[in-house]
Amino acid sequence: MIGSLDAVTAVLLIPAGAAVLLAMLPDYRSSARINEAAALLTFLAALSLFVERPPAGPYLLVDDLNNVFIVLTTFVGLTTSVFSSSYIGHELATGRLTPTFLRFYHAMYQALMFAMNLALVANNIGLMWVAIEMATLTTVMMVGIYRTHEALEAAWKYFILGSVGIALALFGTILVYMAARPVVGEGLDGMVWTVLVEHAAAFDPALLDVAFVFLLLGYGTKVGLAPLHAWLPDAHAEGPTPISAVLSGLLLNVALYALLRFKMLMAVNPAAVAPGPLMITLGLISLVFAAFMLFRRRDIKRMFAYSSIEHMGIITFAFGMGGPLANFAGLLHMSMHSLTKSAIFFAVGHVAQVKGTQRIADMGGLTVTHPLLGWGLVLGVVAIAGLPPLGIFMSEFLVVTSTFARSPWLAIVLVFGILVGLAALFLRLNTIAFGEPRGATGETKASYVPMFAHLALALIAGIYLPPAIVAWFQSVARMLG
Amino acid sequence: MHGLAFDVAHMLAGSLVLVSFLELYQDRLYALLNVYALHALVLALSVAWQAFVQDAPHLYVTAAIALGFKAIVIPIALHRIIVRLGIHREIEKVVGVGPAMVLGLGLVALSMVVMLRVTAESDPLSREDLAFALSVVLLGLLMMVTRRNAVSQVVGFMSLENGLVLAATGAKGMPLVVEISVAFSILIAFIVIGIFLFRIRERFDSVDLQTIDSFRGERS
Repeated sequence: MIGSLDAVTAVLLIPAGAAVLLAMLPDYRSSARINEAAALLTFLAALSLFVERPPAGPYLLVDDLNNVFIVLTTFVGLTTSVFSSSYIGHELATGRLTPTFLRFYHAMYQALMFAMNLALVANNIGLMWVAIEMATLTTVMMVGIYRTHEALEAAWKYFILGSVGIALALFGTILVYMAARPVVGEGLDGMVWTVLVEHAAAFDPALLDVAFVFLLLGYGTKVGLAPLHAWLPDAHAEGPTPISAVLSGLLLNVALYALLRFKMLMAVNPAAVAPGPLMITLGLISLVFAAFMLFRRRDIKRMFAYSSIEHMGIITFAFGMGGPLANFAGLLHMSMHSLTKSAIFFAVGHVAQVKGTQRIADMGGLTVTHPLLGWGLVLGVVAIAGLPPLGIFMSEFLVVTSTFARSPWLAIVLVFGILVGLAALFLRLNTIAFGEPRGATGETKASYVPMFAHLALALIAGIYLPPAIVAWFQSVARMLG
Repeated sequence: MHGLAFDVAHMLAGSLVLVSFLELYQDRLYALLNVYALHALVLALSVAWQAFVQDAPHLYVTAAIALGFKAIVIPIALHRIIVRLGIHREIEKVVGVGPAMVLGLGLVALSMVVMLRVTAESDPLSREDLAFALSVVLLGLLMMVTRRNAVSQVVGFMSLENGLVLAATGAKGMPLVVEISVAFSILIAFIVIGIFLFRIRERFDSVDLQTIDSFRGERS
């Protein structure tokens, strides 16, 4: 399987090769093009997985579940690379980045794509851990790339908290192996996920319980669940905006995916503790906490970072509830959130460039001074706040209704959190987008295609979800149990 | 009743916990680095013993990495960084030595209670190893929390990773992937940290994190 060049190897080899190539190319213009081209090829390879997928091996696996994640990751990776090439020109012009750093930046971008894809296709829980650790390290480097005081603080905080999280996850992984060893025997099999799931019913439940707690805390740190979220707002605010988009839209999902794999493992063992209530609790805490934190934000990127915590809370909650409907809603919400939140960050990146600051107080009347950018942001915020007819409305509606049917009290907390978040977002949006123009009105050569492409997809999904996608998500939701 | 193999493994893993406690109360950076070198040395011995007992030659590689890289190269490199940055003074602590030690004892007790209870079915060798490993991990975490200085936080993180290596080698027959990856991740982590330290130096002439922390991310 390693020898032949199938789509899975392509999804891994293209970004890896591109990273090496980009590390050697000095010219930033051609590296931006190569970055886009590599992302496009990876996306095409990921799409072909829908048609034909290689059989699962001891290291790699593609099934219905991670196929969705891979396509989403490579798609947002592609659009972000397009956004990135319009973004970096301005950063070079203002001297925030030098060509040397850009070379490093492009290489790291592809290295990050490689690490995320590897984490998604890994069938081996050890390999998955290595890939997530690698993704963390590459993003740490990129968060610190501006080398300002704040950027270094953010990167350091992210590095320390991320490492602690990843260390706890490794301990959990070792415990899973320990639980598996008496049943499946020593060696490689004890770490292969497909083998583990087959035999999980016979594992020692007490050991699995402890393992899951470590995994939840470890990967939960990377998902950004409160109270383990402290790194997330800083990392989003201080890094380059394309990285904020990829962090929010993709890396949080990848960590959540790891958690879902282990949740499926737990579900097979009847004697082990049910992972659902733990995830529901963490999800609701994140949602309500982040919704209130949204009110006092003065930095526009920090504000949307808290909004990401809020939505990861909703998604974790939905998967914690489980069952075909809630899982379906969780999957849909995750896809919609990825598309919408990265679109918002595309807009915010250019807004910050135009205004020369990230302070909300220095922004105003954006729809008047920069109509396309302003209305794009308005549309994005309307979408992320969960108003109809965009995609997030539908997924949030599904989460809420499926919860109401089963446990109304939880649904009340859920709705409360969503409404508080909505109020906070609109309060700030009003300052930024409408009213008297405030602050600088600089120009930027912005590319609006990625932003509006994402928003259009979210809109289409909100109005009409193709039956093929519905059927696909339903089958995945059944798989998640 | 378990014989020599168990006794030696038990002693080495126990020593690792003890050295973690030693790290916890060091108040000078040089001394801390020396104790960390000892920590890595004990880890190397422990891993080598596991390799011998389990008859798993690939674990000798892990032991060699622990010995060469963690016990020698990293302490020397950090030593030079400290000299170059001129920060070989006392470490600022958030919590005093007394409370930190008591907290540490509590954490060790906690990990014993948790791990010995849930692994009642497993064989005693890996069972005790796992309990000790969790103690080392938690003590490393405690050290990261109670120190303000960047270098000592890094040392805390590295002893945490040592605990993970102990756990991974204690789990009999665990695939090589993990051992190498752990060692490798330390390498990468170290490079990252090195870059960070130098960047921090370039900008504000200090690696004391309190100076960074005073700049809260939320700028008004």
